[in-house]
Amino acid sequence: MALDYEESKEKIVEALQKKAKTKSKFYFNDLSKILEAKPREAKKVINKLVEEGVLEYWSSGSTTMYGLKGMGKQAGAEHEGE
Amino acid sequence: MAKHETPLLDQLESGPWPSFVSDMKQEADARAKNEKNIEYQVAQDNIEDLLGVLELSYNDCTTHWKHGGIVGVFGYGGGVIGRYCDQPEKFPGVAHFHTLRVNQPSGHFYTTDYLKKLCDLWEFRGSGMTNMHGSTGDIIFLGTTTPQLEEVFYEMTHKLDQDLGGSGSNLRTPSDCIGEARCEFACYDTQDLCTHLTMEYQDELHRPAFPYKFKFKFDGCPNCCVASIARADLSFIGTWRDEIQIDQEAVQAYVNGEIKPNGGAHAGRDWGPFDIQKEVIDLCPTGCMKYENGKLEINNKECTRCMHCINVMPRALRPGKDKGCSILAGAKAPILDGAQMSSMLVPFIKVNKENEYAEIKELIENIWDWWMEEGKNRERLGELMKRQGFQKLLEVTGLDPDPRMVQEPRHNPYIFWKEEEVPGGWDRDINEFRKHHQR
Repeated sequence: MALDYEESKEKIVEALQKKAKTKSKFYFNDLSKILEAKPREAKKVINKLVEEGVLEYWSSGSTTMYGLKGMGKQAGAEHEGE
Repeated sequence: MAKHETPLLDQLESGPWPSFVSDMKQEADARAKNEKNIEYQVAQDNIEDLLGVLELSYNDCTTHWKHGGIVGVFGYGGGVIGRYCDQPEKFPGVAHFHTLRVNQPSGHFYTTDYLKKLCDLWEFRGSGMTNMHGSTGDIIFLGTTTPQLEEVFYEMTHKLDQDLGGSGSNLRTPSDCIGEARCEFACYDTQDLCTHLTMEYQDELHRPAFPYKFKFKFDGCPNCCVASIARADLSFIGTWRDEIQIDQEAVQAYVNGEIKPNGGAHAGRDWGPFDIQKEVIDLCPTGCMKYENGKLEINNKECTRCMHCINVMPRALRPGKDKGCSILAGAKAPILDGAQMSSMLVPFIKVNKENEYAEIKELIENIWDWWMEEGKNRERLGELMKRQGFQKLLEVTGLDPDPRMVQEPRHNPYIFWKEEEVPGGWDRDINEFRKHHQR
């Protein structure tokens, strides 16, 4: 069954904000666990959240992680949070 | 006059080989002179600063780069790798010096006109410095600032019909050998399969949702010119399932010295007359060849496709006519814990253009579904195969076990019996057993 977008968005934002004090970047698997969905279903929602600017990618070059837009040290530190 | 003194780097230019330091200095000079009157969009002296920071690293014996970040182009989760210098006051020209990966054309075929356009774009909006090619095969653009990323991406996609490559937890840019375009050993059209899968899996290339990186590589024959067996999570290696084609007259011509062996390679010294016994027959790893009474015979059932005889006598021997590819899974080449070669998964499959490679795509997607669900963060397919077993991989792909998947008898760490496959399961009636077996 396809995930409901608004409901999923709420789940993700709430879960990520709750952990924001200790963690600002999450693996894709962490997000699909929050959604309790199979990776391919979760991907559709997560893509849309990135498109809408709710989430943003962080990449080390070898691994990619996700975070709420503007959260975390790097956005400010490298003057790229605008 | 150089901006920074670089005595250690200068020494690197003194050896017999071409030096990347000389290349960098050449580019730094060209940017300083700016004979083409380019309106540089990033620091004109950034290569000077790059030389400076490298000299500093040699002095300090440590890196001054940080990598990773939120830089990227809209909608893409790969293709751009953030690079920042941790000495931005000393080297402002490289304070932000991001890398872009550009999806190379299959087989690395491009025109000089196309290359010039790419280079002009990069002179204008980046450092002008490239890496042709990166380990995965991409064209690498080294060094630009964040505001230039969308500009470069727009120019490439709208004017040069060119996409970014993969990075991060994505499908990485698929890469292939030169294939049927120029190589008569190619057993399938590597470029068509590489291009087709690149286009098919755009979402996987640009929107990361894998546990870690995933690589396809396509070799047209077992010579493995792109080393897919050592570097790709899924290696596609051309092969044949009938007999090596032999032209006995050409074999004679090699034996008589009329044709140079190895296509005339290794001609730097006199190796003496060609000796088929010593140079071909005795070197066959399975001993499946013999040359008697002027006739070459091959026991094809024992052939492991090492390609040696074909490489030495390409005019006399050719791959068979019933061609396709083998698919192997799970290679990786990590720096710290050593290489893992890929394991045979599909001994032979026809590479079928007519149905747009439906069987191959089904296999790929089954493997991805398994790895996406079961793979731990930063776990490559090869590691998941080791952790859950080769048998699990066979289950998810619906393939039957085959002796060719086993390296040698009684030596396979992957395959285990399951309880339901053993008559009576793990529990047995000990009293019944003792009726026939003494303690």
